[in-house]
Amino acid sequence: MIRFLTRRRGATGDGHGWHWTDIATWVWLIGGTILMFGPAVWLVLSSFKTPAGLAEFPPTILPYAQETTMLGDQAKPLFEVTLEDGITVTMAELRRVGIVAQMVPPDQPDAEPLKININDRTPVRQMDFATENYTQPFLQFDFVLFLRNSVYVTVMATIITLLTNSMAAFALSKYEFRGRNAVMLLIVATLMVPLSVILVPLYSVVSAVGLINNLWGVILPTVATPTGVFLLRQYMLTIPDELLEAARMDHASEWQIYWRIVLPLAAPALAVLAIFSVVWRWNDFLWPLVVLSRRELYTLQIGLNSYAGELNVQWHFILAMTVVAMIPVVLVFVFLQRFITAGIAGTGLK
Amino acid sequence: MRPATSAGAVVTAPLRWLARATDVPLSAWQRLTGQRGMIALFLLPNMAIFGIFVLVPLVINLLYSTTGGTEFFLSDRPQVGADHYARLLDCGNYLDPNSCRDDMFWIAVSNTARFVFFQVAVMTLAALITALILNRALPGKGFWRAVFFFPVLLSPVVVGLIWKWILQRQGLANLFMVELGLEPVNWLTDRLWAFVAAVGVSVWAHMGFYTLILLAGLQAIPRDLYEAAEMDGTRPFRVFWRITLPLLMPNLLVVIVLSLIRAVQIFDEAYVLTGGGPGTSTMFMTQYIYEVGFANLLRNPGLAAAASILMACVLIVLTLLQLYLSRRSGAK
Repeated sequence: MIRFLTRRRGATGDGHGWHWTDIATWVWLIGGTILMFGPAVWLVLSSFKTPAGLAEFPPTILPYAQETTMLGDQAKPLFEVTLEDGITVTMAELRRVGIVAQMVPPDQPDAEPLKININDRTPVRQMDFATENYTQPFLQFDFVLFLRNSVYVTVMATIITLLTNSMAAFALSKYEFRGRNAVMLLIVATLMVPLSVILVPLYSVVSAVGLINNLWGVILPTVATPTGVFLLRQYMLTIPDELLEAARMDHASEWQIYWRIVLPLAAPALAVLAIFSVVWRWNDFLWPLVVLSRRELYTLQIGLNSYAGELNVQWHFILAMTVVAMIPVVLVFVFLQRFITAGIAGTGLK
Repeated sequence: MRPATSAGAVVTAPLRWLARATDVPLSAWQRLTGQRGMIALFLLPNMAIFGIFVLVPLVINLLYSTTGGTEFFLSDRPQVGADHYARLLDCGNYLDPNSCRDDMFWIAVSNTARFVFFQVAVMTLAALITALILNRALPGKGFWRAVFFFPVLLSPVVVGLIWKWILQRQGLANLFMVELGLEPVNWLTDRLWAFVAAVGVSVWAHMGFYTLILLAGLQAIPRDLYEAAEMDGTRPFRVFWRITLPLLMPNLLVVIVLSLIRAVQIFDEAYVLTGGGPGTSTMFMTQYIYEVGFANLLRNPGLAAAASILMACVLIVLTLLQLYLSRRSGAK
């Protein structure tokens, strides 16, 4: 019965045709694909709709907009109108009074307007991507500022994380010294200290250092990641000590050994940590929310949250900005997903 | 061996220059202090940042929880002893938040407890089923694995906004309800449904991570065990209970405890999705700490610190449990 749960080979391979477990597998996989990707796809499709399109219920899958025609110097909406004799024609609306619209054929703007009940007509629509949802936030809002802040935080934090973590990992993997185990224990212990536990005192420390409402107040507390030190140390332990000894014979300094030998050899582990760090810092929410209260310092995540919390929620802009906030992570996903899944399967870190 | 052959010259040139520039003072330092000095130097940046931004706050947190007022600097805060703890723990009946002096705290605690229970149960089950399915011989294995992993990378704000958009009154979810001939649901403004949504969205966002851990565990189970079972004609149901589940148990326990630890701290996506509402139906511990510590008009950092220490106690128990479990499975 739970054949499909236990088998390592698909039942299709043994020549018996389709077992019900195969059907269950594919239902789960395809249902899962729709459930996992569907919401993001729906977000992207919705982000190209006009406010009117977003307010529609039931919503259309693809973004549509009503077609218009120029009458004189004004754009007038086009409708399919069913006339009394049953013929359907396309007409432009001049004005509307209650449920009666005055309409003319678009090619005869000066003709006597026909009075049409609005229930006898349907709007003429065509697919239309409302790209102004994307362009307007860039021009009008602080969106560019948020984006710049996010990029700055992500890049700086990642560079510092890679540097400090790899230095510590080098010391902890390639030297014997008293207190090494104590340092390791300390680092492991902080794996258990989540941000929510030290939120209040961390704020007071950061404010004592004078970094409240400063992007460095967001960057610095995050960079000494225990997971990073751990990951790099495990990798550096696999680098043979003979290489280091050989370099010492050639009068290389310890710094040169770290910089010229160990770092390049640890490049795969550094790459994994870099990917993680970029995703972590790009997605950070609670800490920036606490530290940054001046709007011009908001990161993208905080800015998005504040837009969504406004009384008059402008969904058409928010959806488009959410898509932009998603782009780097989707790029990481598309190009670097293999590294990440391998990293998690190997070390259980996130 | 020539290091860094794969990196382009554009990247390596400034790095090499930097190496040469830093080497001069650092070599001098090494001559002065020897290897011990260099070890200290390598450890210093990380441990300094770590000390200032993790260790110091940990210590301060205890002092905070025993002082009152709204000031953030310790020296400005009057001693109040264990008042905050007394206030948080003063309860007529621990199962009824309304009987407690700080009813918000206990509402947050009971919401979090319920959230943790349902989220971990649903997510572990879903991750287990998905891992078992992905472990079969499938065409396009990497693709399917990626599918379930995709939401893990999304930011909590993006996750919250995507689902807020789908679950709103005129959203996609209600379109399905109408298509199925059901009444539309107020997903985010109904107390029960908002809680269900918070659990569901959290499962959606994190399931892929735990699926990967379980999948790694499944792939480590030796194949010949299954082949032997097949030769003996063991029924698949029995194979699952007698081989797969016992051998997967260490990974399963790790997944359960890890997800427990994370679920206790739930904040971001639920906060963006519901803002803790309607009312207080989705207000969780971390949000309580955040609001009492920073956002409320009646700000009380000491109380927030005390609450966070109580939360830390729960997390420490869970973490010790995890260490115990992983050590036991490692000893096997």
